Amino acid sequence: MSAIAAPPRFRVEIGTRLSLVAALLAALVLATLFAAPFLVGRGVLKDLFFVLTLVALAQYWNLLAGYAGIISIGQQAYVGFGGYMMFALTAFAGLDPAPAIVLAGALGALIAIPTARLVFRLEGAYLAVGTWVVAEGFRLVFAQIKSLGGGTGASLPTAVTNDAWSVRLLADLLGLRAAVARDRLAYWLAVVVAAGTIALVYRVLRSRQGLALAAIRDNGSAAGSIGIDEARTKLWVYVVAGFGASLVGALTFFQTARISPDAAFSVTDFTAYVLFVVVIGGIGTIEGPILGSLVLYFMRDWLADFGPFYLMGLGALAIAVMLFFPRGLWGSFAEKFDIHLFPIRRRLIVRDGGPAS
Amino acid sequence: MIVALDTILQGVLLGGLYALFAAGLSLIFGVMRLVNLAHGDVIVVAAFALLTLTQRLGLGLAPALLLTAPGMFVLGYALQYLLLNRVIGKDILPPLLITFGLSIFAQNGLLELFSADSRRLPANGLENASLALAPGLAIGIVPLMTLAAAIAVIVALNQLFYRTAMGRAFRAVSDDPTTAQLMGIDPKRLFAIAMGIAFAVAAIAALFLGIRSNFDPSIGPARLIFAFEAVIIGGLGSLWGTLAGGVLLGLAQTIGAEINPEWQILAGHVAFLFVLLARPRGLFPRAVD
Repeated sequence: MSAIAAPPRFRVEIGTRLSLVAALLAALVLATLFAAPFLVGRGVLKDLFFVLTLVALAQYWNLLAGYAGIISIGQQAYVGFGGYMMFALTAFAGLDPAPAIVLAGALGALIAIPTARLVFRLEGAYLAVGTWVVAEGFRLVFAQIKSLGGGTGASLPTAVTNDAWSVRLLADLLGLRAAVARDRLAYWLAVVVAAGTIALVYRVLRSRQGLALAAIRDNGSAAGSIGIDEARTKLWVYVVAGFGASLVGALTFFQTARISPDAAFSVTDFTAYVLFVVVIGGIGTIEGPILGSLVLYFMRDWLADFGPFYLMGLGALAIAVMLFFPRGLWGSFAEKFDIHLFPIRRRLIVRDGGPAS
Repeated sequence: MIVALDTILQGVLLGGLYALFAAGLSLIFGVMRLVNLAHGDVIVVAAFALLTLTQRLGLGLAPALLLTAPGMFVLGYALQYLLLNRVIGKDILPPLLITFGLSIFAQNGLLELFSADSRRLPANGLENASLALAPGLAIGIVPLMTLAAAIAVIVALNQLFYRTAMGRAFRAVSDDPTTAQLMGIDPKRLFAIAMGIAFAVAAIAALFLGIRSNFDPSIGPARLIFAFEAVIIGGLGSLWGTLAGGVLLGLAQTIGAEINPEWQILAGHVAFLFVLLARPRGLFPRAVD
């Protein structure tokens, strides 16, 4: 009996002392980002908006490719879809932009379900091109809808942008011009979306679903034998990624206040950048896409004057990283020094000894 | 009646061009299960090579192709041998990402070299010549040549695959690379040859693309998508299936364009998605892969 009363000799931990420090640091960065509009000018704010939306998109793509093994080169379908839904919900249904952006994300999740049924009939590399075909289909369909601007696109009416309830509220509260208030609203929403995305992805990966994803990635049949439904898990991740991309798309086109099929479904902006960011930063890590977004941002700043050379350089860099550091900058670094700011691995701690492996 | 017949004829002929786009993609997938996302851009690179040879050096189209096709073979061989062979394997992400990176690299490289202007290959009026079949029904000489070239390419590839020692090696590597290696076959060299052949076929596709329509550095991805749709509609691993897939895609696009000119491409995508729903393995799949 006394053996049962004795405290268990093992416990399972995910967090580490370093991850606690990282969490505190993340809170500090978040607070700074929220305060940024009071500290820096509009130009810097626009750049930060770009980086934040890129981080969010990259996290969702990384969840798809890095953890669920679904390589999509058609996530621009959801970015554009979200943008157009935001447009329709605000301009025609008269919704305020802030709830419209969230609703656009939800609609993106909804449309992802039938899309998944279709593209999941293909496998691996073919699925990748299949998602691209779907995105092209979306682009051509939206180009046909005349009330949404057809092939040439349309601008959001001022009733939606500067005269919207949430923008006016912000303008009155802070005593700003409507245009500045709209910029700030978009920026703060971007901070919330980026931080919320990282938190969401992190939670998912530390949950049972995250464990199931890791099991499927390591060995699909073995995972199936212990009761993991691979098709269901993948569908679920694809829907979450569709939600995220639509949300970011809605936010992006609220900020630009102009949408056209070519911009909304751009392969370069919403797939090439995202792919390169994830691969350069480190696929299958939460830190990687953040690092990659910063690398891309500084490269863009540097090489933007060189036109096509910038994208050539980016393509070449991604190829080089894939060849020589397949785990990306952060992945190689983390592996070498065993540093994980957002640990997801479960560690077994033995009470009277060091960690068992 | 004549209009319907004309639409069908044009659709079938357009399918010849798509089959030419798709033959290389189909071949590479059959041999090494690789999807080259830069395949469309490879065709555009070949088109610009043909343009340079004809305009700068004043060569005719035939000699230009005789120079471009071997050049493309060498390029494909080198690309596979030096780059793609390093990453080919169980994980599908590295080859996909590398070919995607190459696609972006090629598009922007061409943009830097040739600008975004629309170009066309000079064909001395051949592009306007046509054959009158009946009053109101004529077929263009170039589309007819395109379809003939597609059939010739597929016959040649099938002969290579099923009648030669190298073809036997290709099939062996495709079925089981490890065992093939035990029999003294070098998969890396074979993969490089397959990629070289796919690039040479892309040069032929580029010739007809450049005569029939305008091209610029940005059109590669759309050609890849057409090629991909033809391969999937036809069924993986079957070259004749790829021809049938190209023809079906061409028909869908031409019929769509007949209803509303803006629907041409969309009709092709819809046909593709419909086949995917009804017959996910395509219309003429080879054995189970």
